[in-house]
Order: sequence, then structure tokens, then C-alpha cells
Amino acid sequence: MAYLLVIGTRKGLFTARSEDRRAWEVNGPHRLDEANDAGMSPVYTVGINPYTGRLLAGTESWHFGPSVWHSDDRGDTWSEPGTPPIAFPEDTGASLTRAWQFAFGPDPDTVYAGVEPHALFRSSDGGDSFDLVRALWDHPHRSNWFPGAGGAAIHTVLPGVLGAGRRSPEALTVAMSTGGVYQTEDGGASWAPANRGISAGFLPDEEPEYGQCVHKVAAASDGSFYAQNHHGVYRSAAPADDGWTRIEEGLPTDFGFAMVTHPHRPGTALNFPVVSQEVHFPPDHRLSAYRTDDGGDSWRPVNRGLPEDPYFGIVLRDAACTDGADVPGFYFGTRSGDVYAITDDGERWHQVAAHLPDVLCVRAGQV
Amino acid sequence: MRVTVHLTSVLRADAEGAAHVPLEVVDGAALGGVLDELAARHPGLDRRIRDERGELRRYVNVFVDQDECRSVGGLDAPVHEGADVRLLPSVAGG
Repeated sequence: MAYLLVIGTRKGLFTARSEDRRAWEVNGPHRLDEANDAGMSPVYTVGINPYTGRLLAGTESWHFGPSVWHSDDRGDTWSEPGTPPIAFPEDTGASLTRAWQFAFGPDPDTVYAGVEPHALFRSSDGGDSFDLVRALWDHPHRSNWFPGAGGAAIHTVLPGVLGAGRRSPEALTVAMSTGGVYQTEDGGASWAPANRGISAGFLPDEEPEYGQCVHKVAAASDGSFYAQNHHGVYRSAAPADDGWTRIEEGLPTDFGFAMVTHPHRPGTALNFPVVSQEVHFPPDHRLSAYRTDDGGDSWRPVNRGLPEDPYFGIVLRDAACTDGADVPGFYFGTRSGDVYAITDDGERWHQVAAHLPDVLCVRAGQV
Repeated sequence: MRVTVHLTSVLRADAEGAAHVPLEVVDGAALGGVLDELAARHPGLDRRIRDERGELRRYVNVFVDQDECRSVGGLDAPVHEGADVRLLPSVAGG
């Protein structure tokens, strides 16, 4: 069984393959379109369909707008649907800026896309076309959601899960900047905020019902959640019922973007601290992941194999992931263009790629 | 009336490789009407030029003869018989 890592960067799409998750063969930038315009575009989100192996890449051409590309041969060739796969209905008066997140539903054909401006789309054909999830677009809170520094986006989509022990094909949890966490139990027909306990230091009410700038939420194997907020790291087993509990004690800072959970052990997660909202550098200019194995009660640095020289590239919200294998691998890329991998039973990070353009997103799987 | 749309090389793949697309449009049509006709001929082109609201993408420049359309009415810019419409990428990227 080989491993495939898909890497979206500020300038194009790369892939890496490995048999042992130590030595990697890197390919790219992939030529998506004949003119190589999309191939040189920022790739803000990538996905690997766990049922079919189809790869998805969300691009935003500087000149010619956003699109969604797919590959059914593990990245060797790419196609774009004949009509724009994600487009706002005319009555919304909105237009797609870019896709921020792909997530896969309970069957091979269901794909979700979190996009900018704040909206969720759903595909029933594996990503060739998407329809707006109306109830979230029509939510009365939407007029009060506003853009974070990166844009007004739904950047996190977690199908099938509402909390620990609460899984359902009709469940969805999403997160946005700003706006916070919202959940549906009925397949997207109705939505409710689930932010109690998460702070919003940039608002007069520091713990509002909604409006938080949640940077990333990751679902643990038991259905509970870990969240990296705009200052504040949290965990929740039941966001709608019990709210969120701070777990940043033991981390060097409470700011950051990325959060990755262990696919099989609910107490284990990786976090990638950033100094603060003002200083987007790794703490002490030292590239490091931090790992908890006790649900956030304690954290330890995991940085063997990473550069020991001063380092200034941070890990963006979707630039870290797991491959979900039985012995999982964890991956991250930085804004300095370096990509690293470690296995759960490994003791050090291995470099996958160096000197790429800024890494915006990574996704990994077994192929 | 007859106008000719000239495509930058990046856009030609969406027009079956054509560098120039002659179009017959109704007399008095504005630029928007020309782009509508272009979209009817080559549907894949329109998404590159206009978003789903029908608005020109920010970094696409459309010249009617020598005038960038935004200075002469945007999509309402007048077009005359024999006009040359040029679609060009603006200055963007990094």
C-alpha cells in the first residue's frame, strides 16, 4: 500500500508518493489546464475521496476566477467540468470567490464544499456539480458574519458528526471565520450555533452566541472536537449541549490555525502554535508541532527532525492532516514551502518536500 | 452588425483554439450583448470573463477598440459595426 500526499500551494498543485512514509517522490507543479493558468494559481483546498480515490483541487486563478478540478488517476491528469461546478444561484446576488474546504459524505457521490463568501455547497455527483445549501445561506445570523483576515469563508466541514457518540448521516458541523461553529442534525435543513465557551476578544461580548473567529475544528475518533480559535484552544464532547473547554495550558501560545486529530485515539491531537494575532511566526522561531495524548490536559513538543535554525513559516489552517491509516501518518506544510511527515509510531519528522511555494493545504491517503 | 473578439492565448483553449471570434450581434448592442453572444458560441469562455452575477472579473481587461471598457460604461459600453473587442489578462499575481 502506497501513500499519496496532495499539496496545494500559493502557486500550483504538487503530489508526493511514498511506500514507507519516509522517502517521498514529489511531482509538480501539476499542469491542470492547457494554458497552465490554473496550474500556476493558488490552490486553497484539496481533497481525496475516500471511496473512489478521486482527487479534488479548488483553484482561484488571479485573472479568470475560481474552479474545481478533479483527477481520477492520482494526479497524473486533471479535468474541469464544462460548467462552473460551484456557482451561486442568481437570486443570491453573490459570486464565488473560492472554495476553502472539501469534505466527503456518507457515500461516494456526496461531497461538501465550504466556500467564500460564507456558504456551504453539496455535490451529489462526486464533485462535478454542487448546489447551495439554502438553509445555511438563509440563516438569520449570516448578515452578522464578517470576514476574518483570510476572507469570509466556511473553512471547516465535518460531515456525520455532532459530538462524542453522536454520529448520523444527516449531521454536519461547520466552522467559519468569522461566525463560529454551526451544526445541523437534519441534513442541512436547519442550523444552530454551537459556540458556548469560545471567546471572541474582538467583540464587545466576549462570549457571544456566535461571531467567533474559529480557525479550525477537527473531529476526534469518538466524535468529540478540538478547536483552534483566534486565541484559544478548545475541546468539546458536545458543543451544542455542554459548550467548549479551554485546553491551551501547556502550549506555548493560544494562537494558531491548524489542528489535527488522531484517527483512532480520541485523546490525541496535534496543534501548531503561532505567536499571536499580531505576530504570525512560530513561537521562539522554532518550527514545532505540539501533541496531546490526554485530551488537551497536557501538551509536548514534537520536533525531532524539524529545522533547529530560526524558522518563520507557520502552518495554515488546512496545511496539516492525517492519512487515517491503521498506524496513522501526520503531515504538515509551512508558508516557507517545507512539508514534513511523521508516523504515529515514529520518533522524528521526515521531510517530504522543501522550497515549494507557500503551502496552503495538504491531504493524505492510502492509494 | 459584425464585431470581432480577439482572445489572449490563455483563453483560446475555451474557444476551440480560436484567436479571433467573428460575431454577428444585433445593431446597437452594447459590450454585454457581445459577451452574451460570445458565451452562446463558446460557453466555457464566459466563466473566465464574468462571474455568475454577470460581472466582469476584476483582473480581466476588455478593450473596445482602444478603450478599456470600464472607462466607457463597462458592460454598457457602446459597440459599433466592425469593432474589435480584445480580452486581455490584467496585471495580477505574484
